[in-house]
Amino acid sequence: MQSKLAALFIALGCTLTLVSCVTINIYFPAAAAEKAADRIIDEVWQLKKGDQPAAPK
Amino acid sequence: MNAMTKLRVSMFVLALTAAGQALAQANLEINTPAIAGLQASMQQRHSQLAGLYASGAVGLTRDGNVALRDANAVPLAQRQQVNSLVAAENQDRAALYREVARANGKPEWENDIRATFAQRWIQKAQPGWYYQNTSGVWVRM
Repeated sequence: MQSKLAALFIALGCTLTLVSCVTINIYFPAAAAEKAADRIIDEVWQLKKGDQPAAPK
Repeated sequence: MNAMTKLRVSMFVLALTAAGQALAQANLEINTPAIAGLQASMQQRHSQLAGLYASGAVGLTRDGNVALRDANAVPLAQRQQVNSLVAAENQDRAALYREVARANGKPEWENDIRATFAQRWIQKAQPGWYYQNTSGVWVRM
């Protein structure tokens, strides 16, 4: 009974791990991409933090 | 090992996986020679483009490019030059989106990167510049 339960947990763990790996592969990190884009744009447009007037949104 | 210990081990593995995933999302790699070169080239071109953004001759498109928006804002003699400027900028931008995706080992992200940049260029545009809204209509900042 106990070993059955243990096997179940291991199977569950493996499945979740596998699913997580697949998720990493297909998931687009939107927040990280935005940060990267901001860094590049600040460089290209020479926007320094602080000296740009707050743009009304 | 009893079931409880195994459960703990499973939880630990899961936590590690989650942590690895969070780490992978923290930052995108953008420090490559190819990206630095494109950045420098675009930065240099920006001194010529800035005036065209301000006059409304050139605007930011919704797909992360720039486009000639109002040819009449450019004297006839300079139109060819502006067209070349726009073409060169779009070429660099396409290369930039491709390189950022490649630098992170995910060439299939190129379109997502482009969409992200499209939003951020517009977000950071100066007052008076034109950009395309999601319906493709030109809007003044």
